[in-house]
Amino acid sequence: MTNHPSNGKAVLEAVRTAIDKHGNNREELIPILNDINHTVGYLPKEALEEVSRLVKVPKSQLFAVTTFYRMLSTRPRGRHVIQFCESAPCHVAGGRKVWETLLDELKVNPEETTPDGKWTLITVSCLGICGVGPVIVIDDDIYGNVAPEQVHDILAKYD
Amino acid sequence: MAFYRSHILVSVDPKCLKKGAHEILDALQDELVANGLVDEVQVLETSRIGDPDLHAPDLMVYPDGVHYANLSVDDIPFLVEEHFLKGRIVEKLKARERLVSDEELSAPKSKEVRVVLRNCGKIDPNNIEEYIAEDGYMALAKALTEMTPETVIDTVMQSGLRGRGGAGFLTAQKWKLTRQVPEKIKYVGCNADEGDPGAFMNRRVLESDPHAVVEGMTIAAYAIGASRGYIYCRAEYPLAVKTLNIAIMQAREFGFLGKNIMGTDFSFDLEVRMGAGAFVCGEETALMSSIEGKRGEPRPRPPFPSVKGLWGKPTNINNVETYANVPQIILRGPQWYASMGTEKSKGTKTFAMAGDVKNTGLIEVPFGITLREIVYDIGGGIKDDKGFKAIQTGGPMGGFIPAEYLDLPVDYEALASVGSIMGSGGMIVVDDETCMVDMARFFMEFTQDESCGKCVPCRVGTRRLLEILTRICEGKGQDGDIERLEELSEEIRAASLCGLGQGAPNPVITALKYFRQEYEAHIYEKRCPAKVCRALITYEIIDGVCTGCTVCARNCPVNAISGERRQTHIIDPDTCIRCGICMQVCNFNAIRIN
Repeated sequence: MTNHPSNGKAVLEAVRTAIDKHGNNREELIPILNDINHTVGYLPKEALEEVSRLVKVPKSQLFAVTTFYRMLSTRPRGRHVIQFCESAPCHVAGGRKVWETLLDELKVNPEETTPDGKWTLITVSCLGICGVGPVIVIDDDIYGNVAPEQVHDILAKYD
Repeated sequence: MAFYRSHILVSVDPKCLKKGAHEILDALQDELVANGLVDEVQVLETSRIGDPDLHAPDLMVYPDGVHYANLSVDDIPFLVEEHFLKGRIVEKLKARERLVSDEELSAPKSKEVRVVLRNCGKIDPNNIEEYIAEDGYMALAKALTEMTPETVIDTVMQSGLRGRGGAGFLTAQKWKLTRQVPEKIKYVGCNADEGDPGAFMNRRVLESDPHAVVEGMTIAAYAIGASRGYIYCRAEYPLAVKTLNIAIMQAREFGFLGKNIMGTDFSFDLEVRMGAGAFVCGEETALMSSIEGKRGEPRPRPPFPSVKGLWGKPTNINNVETYANVPQIILRGPQWYASMGTEKSKGTKTFAMAGDVKNTGLIEVPFGITLREIVYDIGGGIKDDKGFKAIQTGGPMGGFIPAEYLDLPVDYEALASVGSIMGSGGMIVVDDETCMVDMARFFMEFTQDESCGKCVPCRVGTRRLLEILTRICEGKGQDGDIERLEELSEEIRAASLCGLGQGAPNPVITALKYFRQEYEAHIYEKRCPAKVCRALITYEIIDGVCTGCTVCARNCPVNAISGERRQTHIIDPDTCIRCGICMQVCNFNAIRIN
């Protein structure tokens, strides 16, 4: 999910691909930003400047939109992003213990990235797979019925 | 025309052919001739029946509906003799169904009626032909060719269908309002930004039966005079977005979307818009801002979307489940629909059961069923046979309903009368080991986090509620906190801009109303009756039960447990962090919580 392009060129490339796909239209801003965020891993300054120029949206408005939505990030994220569902059904099913285990294993604060750049831990609202709570999603992989003692093994699958 | 008592349909899918479907066909013909059955049983070729990878070569016998799979030529004489001469089903040749355990949607329980979920798990969502085979797009054809927009609205009005997104506004009334506005350009919007955490019926419908929504929206567009529609789907549901896009593409190919639908002069097209993670976007005015590519902040109503919606044009917004009901109402008639439910809430409603109930997952029941029937008859009761404490309905804006109202018939009005809401149908059951202060705190954590920040009562008010609740859980509750919670809740409810803020205090209000004594115990006795709040509990080793095995002492992360081998151990409450590990590792149940 998050392969950091090493140079600005790749970032601009991601911007153009997204705009080509959705059209340089103000209404398509969220899909465009979603795509760039997915390719680059976050929305770097140069990407936002390029979007602003091509879609003709003031930077202030771009900033307003990117900071509003949880899935868009203006800060670099780790190689792997862990999304923890913080909704009630997962909570009732024992989510808090899983959350505490995650914090403990990763030694990181919520919404932050580990110093080695490997993990970013974020919370998400309901992922809609409440039948198998507690749920965590790592990159695009979904883990359901997670027990605290499984967390270590799940994390060990990623490098 | 010849009349046959049975038909054998042999799959001639390429994979079945490769595995000898032709030989099977020949063998069947030979055997039928040999047994003198050629005039009674007809053999036909058909396309794929089961999963070719799993079942090839296979065949289907009608009218019996028996699916035989993995056949070889040698099986045929026996099969023909048993099934067609003796009339006995050959169990050993029957197709083994794939054992897919569907944790979200099990087979319907006896008290269920499935209208919205009828096709879920039954048809291939990525194949429009399967939807058509289940009478799909027949309602659209009927509406476009036999009904005027007004009669469509009248029909939906008579059915009594109400919005399934939460407020329960009459669907046809909304359509009528949008139709009445004298504007040329109008829109239909579908709210697929499923609100309630724990409610995933809309995701399930979009993923399993997307065409029902496409058809419902197209009928709505015809009724109100719109030519363009948007489905706003949460970014958390990537599969739903994918399935919808495939469905829309196929509907276009079949002429059910686009210019001159089904050869009439009605044109309409649809597009999926994806969110980017913001709970408030389920609120319809916030949703529209988000479709327009802006921050998803709500705005005051009126003007309502039916007058000024997307890009300032009249817009009809319903949710997924509402639209999915529409084709069935058109097809089977409003009387059929109105025959289910209560006086003011007609039809069926899907609910997502979660929490401490045995059978979690989706159900669909007629309105008027009691909570007890839902929790015990369909839900199977409480997990581990613990006691029922409360059921929380309607998501984070809903309230807790205690055991005394278990016999409440479920409809919009009844839920409102006890302080909760229908919402989009989330139901979270909590058992008697749940602390209601902690639960209210949890819900408040969610809403204050998701508050968009536009209006002060919601932004600041929910934060203050959370602070007070946290304080109570930590054993620092003060005299007057309950009154403060109540006063603040009322103010947030009265002064917030949108439904999120207005509903936010509901979990607190209902928890206080029905479980006040728990709050009082926390504040005045510094005691958590459910033994959940860490600051208010202590772990104790029971003298006489403890064998002195030292397991607890060795596992304690803070070395709070001391004691000699074979002697009762002691926990130092000042060092103990109440992690509960000792209780988990003790083999003799010698540790209790006070």
